[in-house]
Amino acid sequence: MKNNKTLQYILVGAALIALPLILQMFGNAWVRIADMALLYILLAIGLNIVVGYAGLLDLGYVAFFAVGAYMYGLLSSPHLTNTFAWIAAAYPTGMHMPIWLILPVAAALAGLFGMLLGAPTLKLRGDYLAIVTLGFGEIIRVFMNNLDHPVNITNGPKGLSQIDPISIFGVNLGQKLMIGDFEIASVSLYYYLFLSLVLVTIVVSHRLEVSRIGRAWMAIREDEIAAKAMGLNTRNLKLLAFGMGATFGGVSGAMFAGFQGFISPESFSLMESVMIVAMVVLGGLGYLPGVILGAILLSALPEVLRYVAGPLQEMTGGRLDAAILRQLLVALAMIVIMLMRPRGLWPSPEHGKSLTPK
Amino acid sequence: MDVFLQQVINGLVMGSMYALVALGYTMVYGIINLINFAHGEVLMVGALTSWSAIGMMQDAMPGAPGWVILILATLIACVVAVVLNFTIEKIAYRPLRNSPKLAPLITAIGMSILLQTLAMIIWKPNYKAYPTLLSSTPINMGGVVITPTQIMILGVTAVSLAILMWLVNYTRLGRAMRATSENPRVAALMGVKPDMVISATFVIGAVLAAIAGVMYASNYGTAQHAMGFLPGLKAFTAAVFGGIGNLAGAVIGGILLGLIEAIGSGYIGYLTGGVLGSHYTDIFAFIVLIIVLTLRPSGLMGERVADRA
Repeated sequence: MKNNKTLQYILVGAALIALPLILQMFGNAWVRIADMALLYILLAIGLNIVVGYAGLLDLGYVAFFAVGAYMYGLLSSPHLTNTFAWIAAAYPTGMHMPIWLILPVAAALAGLFGMLLGAPTLKLRGDYLAIVTLGFGEIIRVFMNNLDHPVNITNGPKGLSQIDPISIFGVNLGQKLMIGDFEIASVSLYYYLFLSLVLVTIVVSHRLEVSRIGRAWMAIREDEIAAKAMGLNTRNLKLLAFGMGATFGGVSGAMFAGFQGFISPESFSLMESVMIVAMVVLGGLGYLPGVILGAILLSALPEVLRYVAGPLQEMTGGRLDAAILRQLLVALAMIVIMLMRPRGLWPSPEHGKSLTPK
Repeated sequence: MDVFLQQVINGLVMGSMYALVALGYTMVYGIINLINFAHGEVLMVGALTSWSAIGMMQDAMPGAPGWVILILATLIACVVAVVLNFTIEKIAYRPLRNSPKLAPLITAIGMSILLQTLAMIIWKPNYKAYPTLLSSTPINMGGVVITPTQIMILGVTAVSLAILMWLVNYTRLGRAMRATSENPRVAALMGVKPDMVISATFVIGAVLAAIAGVMYASNYGTAQHAMGFLPGLKAFTAAVFGGIGNLAGAVIGGILLGLIEAIGSGYIGYLTGGVLGSHYTDIFAFIVLIIVLTLRPSGLMGERVADRA
């Protein structure tokens, strides 16, 4: 029995490692879809800590994603050296900060923002919390859009471009890697980086879930007053949930910036927050396999549709293009899946069991 | 001083539209505890329907006076919005009434995206010029300028609010609604049909949203499939600001929010020496919201409810 499980793990692992190599034969665009799906998994797992474990509905999660992305963008693009003479003087060859410096800074800053948002909202009930977090996300976006004057920090709606690709252990992920005659495309290298990050995140998140802190979060989710009566410090625990969730968001933001090479406020709209919440809830709130499934479904499937939408567009005389079709299907999926399976596609086997009489 | 009065009038106009939409949110929330995310889209459908109706009527009867066309178009928009909101509740919210709390919220968000996309397919994504049907010459009142459209908005809002207050406080339906929001189970035992009351709530909300949609489009002179999002969001903010579930609170919250935005955006450039400009208008609503909720977590007029997350 135990051998069987080990075999399973090995097979799944081999499949995950082989996936980009197979996909890249059909074109890099397919690997890119897999990369984005992995990034969304990271985000969904991060948000799951806040919404799934601690039960705090956060509709502004993309703000932390944005903080991470802008941190990476500012520290490794020519924008700051172009704008400020004193920075250009300090870094004559341009600011090319190593990822090992940016990543902790981005994670810490996003975590700090998470706590900052958490602090005033601790007293609020579920729905009020939703709207305040939503407002917070919008505030961050408006600032990113407008902080190009009087001092140009974020470059406004034009966004930051020429961001360095991620380079790790001396391997520049922006270029293809040749091992002998075998070529691994840049997108596939990113795939491996994101995959390992996702694995780390899954382990961390799972250990959190079964830890004392995780149980405390779930107690708060089920009944905050009872949790308080049991001696839990609900204030600190909620702050911790916000901070942890935001940290994951910040890390994926930094990855996103390095991967894309260009970021602008447009990538961090409210719609993105909504999509991430939808991934968590559609998959199965508080249950890691469900959350991962939800993230893959909502991020990868619509992209795949892009390739089949061509004929449809001709049929409807251009009214129904790929982007519209994608939006339409995402919306329908959200409604239909919730109507058929209100607990999500792959709900946690334990969650909510005590509430239903046998 | 004139600048100040002018901004007060602009704020009142904006605020009364927020108030109408906020009422829809707050009534639905008061009865079934659901943030109806698709409510802003009902406003959008109302505005776009009236735009189409106006176009058709102007072709059919070229000589008709503007106000007649506007009233007819508003009526048509109301009917379409009512049918739409009634259907949304029936298919997307009713089956989920006893499911986990986040499920109906997700279908509501899905509905909102769906309606926007469908509107984009039906009406195409470009901005449409909304015809000016009332006279466009502004009226000068002691240095303060107000357009006939703005007067109409204030008047229509006042009338709608009066009718709504009468409906809620002095009719059988109103009593049933208040009873259901107090306690649905006991209300059902007393012979109130909760399903009927909930449908009625969505119908009333749709009428108010459609009226607000027509006025919003006439005030700005444009209509588009994404126009419902921002007013919807701000109206919800207004409802929370006033204390969600409380009708008077929604009205006061809406008008206050409109005033804060108008006065804030009028003075922010002057106060900060041009560092921050009026493009920060949209975040006033949220900053105010965060401050109010921190100091008074159940809104201005909300009852203090026991903390049940």
